[in-house]
Amino acid sequence: MKRFYDRLTFQQKKAYWAWLFLAVPVAFFCFVRFYPTLNAMVISFTDWNLLSPMKFVGFENYQKMLTDKVFWKVFGNTFLYLIIGLPVTLLLSFAVAYYLDQIRFMHGFIRGLYFIPYLTTAVAMAWVWRWGYQPVPIGILNQILTDFGLPQQPFLRAPSQALASVLAPAIWAGLGFQVIIFLAGLRGIPDTYYEAARIDGVGKWATLWEITLPLLRPTILFLVVLTSISLLRIFDQVYNMTVGGQGGPLNSTRPLVLNIYNSAFRDFDMGYATAQTMVLFIVLLVITMVQLRLMRAK
Amino acid sequence: MKKSLSKLMLAMAIAAPTAGLTSAANAVEIEYWQYFFAGRVEAMDQLIAKFEEANPDITVKQTTFPYAQYQAKVAAAVPAGQGPDVVQLYYGWLRDYMQAGLLAPLPTDTFDPATIDAEFFPMVQAMKVDGAYYGLPTAVRTMAMFYNKTLFSEAGLDPENPPKTYEEVATAANAIAKRDAGGNLLVAGITATPVSQDAHWWREVLMRQFGGQAYSDDYRTVTYNTPEGLAALRAYTSLFMEDKATDYGFMDESQASFVAGKAGILMDGSFRIGAVSGVEGLDWGVAPLPTHNGIESNYSSYWLNGITSQTSGEELEASVKFLEFITSDEAMQLWLDVVGELPARPSVALTEANRNDPVYGPFIAGLESAHATDFVNEVAQRQIWLDMIDMINVGGVSVEDAIAEAAATEQATIDEYYAK
Repeated sequence: MKRFYDRLTFQQKKAYWAWLFLAVPVAFFCFVRFYPTLNAMVISFTDWNLLSPMKFVGFENYQKMLTDKVFWKVFGNTFLYLIIGLPVTLLLSFAVAYYLDQIRFMHGFIRGLYFIPYLTTAVAMAWVWRWGYQPVPIGILNQILTDFGLPQQPFLRAPSQALASVLAPAIWAGLGFQVIIFLAGLRGIPDTYYEAARIDGVGKWATLWEITLPLLRPTILFLVVLTSISLLRIFDQVYNMTVGGQGGPLNSTRPLVLNIYNSAFRDFDMGYATAQTMVLFIVLLVITMVQLRLMRAK
Repeated sequence: MKKSLSKLMLAMAIAAPTAGLTSAANAVEIEYWQYFFAGRVEAMDQLIAKFEEANPDITVKQTTFPYAQYQAKVAAAVPAGQGPDVVQLYYGWLRDYMQAGLLAPLPTDTFDPATIDAEFFPMVQAMKVDGAYYGLPTAVRTMAMFYNKTLFSEAGLDPENPPKTYEEVATAANAIAKRDAGGNLLVAGITATPVSQDAHWWREVLMRQFGGQAYSDDYRTVTYNTPEGLAALRAYTSLFMEDKATDYGFMDESQASFVAGKAGILMDGSFRIGAVSGVEGLDWGVAPLPTHNGIESNYSSYWLNGITSQTSGEELEASVKFLEFITSDEAMQLWLDVVGELPARPSVALTEANRNDPVYGPFIAGLESAHATDFVNEVAQRQIWLDMIDMINVGGVSVEDAIAEAAATEQATIDEYYAK
């Protein structure tokens, strides 16, 4: 062994040590990430309730998905979370970061205030919002509405409002993180560009459009990908804000992840659950690839 | 001094392992699993203490999990051979566990099927397969009507004479309900929320009282999409859709508004007694579920104790002893006193003292007309009921269409289960 090592060139020794250290995370990923993922793929072709032995059923679980009304409803919901959530989150967090970047007075304190919700447990937060949405005399939001002479809103009780009501605390909680990332991005833009713009007499809007946003591209790309993935995987808020964690009323707030959880741990239909997981996996993969390609294009 | 100390330590060093050895030689430890519910854990701790006192060579380790995770934990652990020796299972899950061969039949010399048939309430016979029992309950639960005496008095009703029929309940509920000038509900006359026993009350009680039946006798066919079913459903939904007796979903959970003194009437299970009696300043009473058309009915459910098939040898012997103890008369009375769940043997349940108990009495009376719904997937079937109510309440769907859709969905769920 020693002989073998001694005979290696310096470059080979370098590679040897690199691979030796890499072996730990590689082994970790193989056993903790890839093995369960591959296993899930296998389970998705079986009928298995955890108790009885697995039974191979081919594409039955995938066929069931095609005709399952609830599956398509939650599939749509999942994209609604993304389509509504992503632009709102990015606009809000950018606006906050943009203006926060320009003030010095209590800058750290205000930044801290935005970040606190991100540190709060999603479960506790979801319950506080859940109570806030209750009708008068319990819910504070309806209390405020009635104080202004506006009609009460059903919020979580109406299929048309529930999804937005569940999304609001999710956006609010994630805001702190996105603001911090945007702030770091803004700080990373060299002042010389702004000075040059000022000397040339460029207006505020033009500076924003021509300098700030293009130079923030990597930051925006990072946030778009991360936020999309987290919105597509929304679970905590829905589980805690809807009755029995079922994503009601009438499945109007149930995302795909919760449906997977239900198939697995309510119906104990592991095959169907993993089949849906495979679909989610492919969707996440495609969306991430498309986003990376689009944002890298120019 | 130094010498004596080292002598002492030497003596301890020799004595300690031998002491351990002698007790380990004939000590058996068995593991018992149930879900976490303060009263049940407390009762089981007391039972284990008594059992260990009588059987010094056996120790029982109790492990609990939150209710929401319990089913998944058991389902993951038992097939892997990592689970408990004695396990508590919901009666509706038993079929899956038996089919998978995860439960051992109870030895017929200790648990003679004929004796059990004679000594337990007949509902436990569902646990008997091919001449052997696969599990036995310590306790069973039924439903009754909790009511708030203070709110009854305020509404000018007699708190010592609670309503006896469905009509009287509806009248009382309308009298009790209080709203502010804007129509916001301040006090509900009766509770109606998704987190409640209302589904059971409708399926096994109202359905039968309105002349129907929610399922065929073998529970394989959904039979509630009928004129009787419609009438029974209207009896429930009219409380919040037409009358002003309550708002569906008031305070999220039925027990919450009742415990807070903000609801006049609550239909709930005997397991709620503990939570309600612990509230200071709440003047409450219990009465039997209301009748209708002169028909009495009730819903019962239970958790049974079974022995997993991985258990063998000494552990099996100890488990059998333990199971025998926790299904004994003594254990049942203790369970009633601590948890408030009813004894599974008529000989314990139907004593004069228990029958006349102002709190347990109405629940025990309900045992005789009780039906235990045979679910294929209790949670999924409850969700179908909840969706049906949501369709009517916020989905703008007529009662007729909602019941038809629920019946079709539930039938599909049942069919899918039996097709496997």
